[in-house]
Amino acid sequence: MTTTELMAAPSAPPLPDSPADRWRWLIRDGFTIARRDAIHWRRRPGQIVAGLAFPIMFVVLYGYVLGGSMSVAGGGAYMDFLIPGLFTMTMAFGVGDTIIGVNTDVARGVTDRFRSMPISAGSVVLGRALADMVWAVVNLAVLAICGLAVGWRWHGTLAAAGLAFGLLLLLRFSLVWAGIYFGLLARSPEAAASSWALLFPLTMLANTFASPELMPGWLGAIANWNPLSATVTATRELFENPGVGGNSWATENTMLLAVGWPVLIMLIFAPLAVRRYRNRSI
Amino acid sequence: MTSTAPAVVARGLIKTYGKTRALDGFDLTVARGAVCGLLGPNGAGKTTAVRILTTLLRPDGGSAEVAGIDVATEPALVRTRIGMIGQQTTVDDILTGRENLLLWCRLYHLSEREAQTRSDQLLEHFGLTEAGDKQAKHYSGGMRRRLDLAASFVLTPQVLFLDEPTTGLDPRNRNEVWSALRGVVALGTTVLMTTQYLDEADQLADQVVVIDHGRVIADGPPAELKATIGGDRIDVVLRDEADLFRAAEIVARAAGVDAEVEAQLRRVSAPARHRVSVLSEVIRNLEEAQIDAEDVNLRRPTLDEVFLRLTGRRADDSGETGDPADRDGEPVRTNEEVAV
Ligand SMILES: Nc1ncnc2c1ncn2[C@@H]1O[C@H](COP(=O)(O)OP(=O)(O)OP(=O)(O)O)[C@@H](O)[C@H]1O
Ligand SMILES: [Mg+2]
Repeated sequence: MTTTELMAAPSAPPLPDSPADRWRWLIRDGFTIARRDAIHWRRRPGQIVAGLAFPIMFVVLYGYVLGGSMSVAGGGAYMDFLIPGLFTMTMAFGVGDTIIGVNTDVARGVTDRFRSMPISAGSVVLGRALADMVWAVVNLAVLAICGLAVGWRWHGTLAAAGLAFGLLLLLRFSLVWAGIYFGLLARSPEAAASSWALLFPLTMLANTFASPELMPGWLGAIANWNPLSATVTATRELFENPGVGGNSWATENTMLLAVGWPVLIMLIFAPLAVRRYRNRSI
Repeated sequence: MTSTAPAVVARGLIKTYGKTRALDGFDLTVARGAVCGLLGPNGAGKTTAVRILTTLLRPDGGSAEVAGIDVATEPALVRTRIGMIGQQTTVDDILTGRENLLLWCRLYHLSEREAQTRSDQLLEHFGLTEAGDKQAKHYSGGMRRRLDLAASFVLTPQVLFLDEPTTGLDPRNRNEVWSALRGVVALGTTVLMTTQYLDEADQLADQVVVIDHGRVIADGPPAELKATIGGDRIDVVLRDEADLFRAAEIVARAAGVDAEVEAQLRRVSAPARHRVSVLSEVIRNLEEAQIDAEDVNLRRPTLDEVFLRLTGRRADDSGETGDPADRDGEPVRTNEEVAV
């Protein structure tokens, strides 16, 4: 051991000296950190399969097991109603992966190590966001193929479908920041894992699986105003799938809300996440 | 930021968590190029001190400078001069050793080519070339620590902080980490490491600082600390419990002070200022008295014994401090030199 003389390397890293440099490093460091997750996926195919099996399971469970007894307000095929809901649900559940991933790094001391290095807080959170977005794209692709296989079709234009996927990714991107914030906040990996328990009602109390018009009044109102419902309704509209009904303000301004909610979530949580990362009081 | 400034200075650091005073007026000065061992029991405040000095935590009071730079006002600059290895290893299990190092090289903004070259050099220097392409989950505890260490030397830090680098390692792995640490000291890096083992501080450090309840209770070269606590100790472990009393007399005579007897361990122990002469006298007299010993050895005092000496209580009691003077028969001698 230590038989060779280690050549002394320069003792201070070059720091960015212009705003342009700062941005360049931010993006580059973000990619470096995201790459770590990419290797993780490659080495742990089991986890990928498990992650992808989840939405597929929902297609089967809701589409076939419960689908027969479900009806869509305004009529239409349940599969066409269900799949846009599942897209949104998968995006929402992704936040659980973010929370757990971020908290695991905290618990293992990786976050502290990053924080003791001359790299910006932004690049560490950006790295996480990039990796999670790649995973989100894969998730959407698998679910879309699955949906097509069980009879879901989009009836609108290709451009509209593209826009719908864009809205879904926008939702996921905004939730990444919430996930990073809560992941940094959670006291332990166990606490982080329990976030799943909160995600369930959040995704159920929406128009994902059932039309709010068919729910009791107060529940329907909550479901209508759930940020997830905005994305569900907007994507149904863009895919020209059934289930876009009702005449509340929320359903009439669905596009505005499907963009507005994620932007609002991001405006709240992105600064919180970066501040929490930099926090030096705990 | 003169080159003669000490590598680490802390003045009256205070950090409280609710009612707990994790640091309570912590003072420290570490000279450039020195290895400082921060010794203390669980909950003494070691990690808190390291986290403040590495800019991870803001103190509630006091000030600190690392490499001549104020940690409170210029944390970003401090981060360009330091390396930090926390209490857990941050090695990524799924990545190979080489991939781990490449990640850190890239984060220190080395070009792709430089990153490859530097990773190879680091793997070789830390004795990991052969295991370089294996996933880190197959590494031993010592290898993981060495990989952690390698990652801190992508660029040569002026000050390296290590929080309990060998806790939980077996003696072989501990030795591996120690020799790796000696290697990095040769590069001119100042090292501040925390430990719960006096032995470790004694092996590596030029300066040993004992911390208890967030306060420094002893600070000096290892020889001085050992003198304070009565130097090394001799242990005699007997085969037969019936011999305890006679053995205690023999040991006490050789050591010149009362011996401690731990009946259930069949062990007699006493400070051994004049190490080898005490050892040989004890062995000779045991032989003459025909007492059969399982083991006779010289060893460093444990942290527990250091604490008993310095504070009059055991390291794991969080209770009040007793008076060290009337604790037992042996007085605390501080001004005699110890043959090391
Ligand atoms: N985040 C925290 N919140 C509340 N109390 C804390 C926190 N961190 C540390 N403490 C308390 O502060 C004191 C000092 O803790 P610290 O971790 O610095 O000790 P240590 O010497 O590193 O101990 P160990 O050997 O167990 O690592 C302890 O009493 C601990 O319980
Ligand atoms: Mg600690």
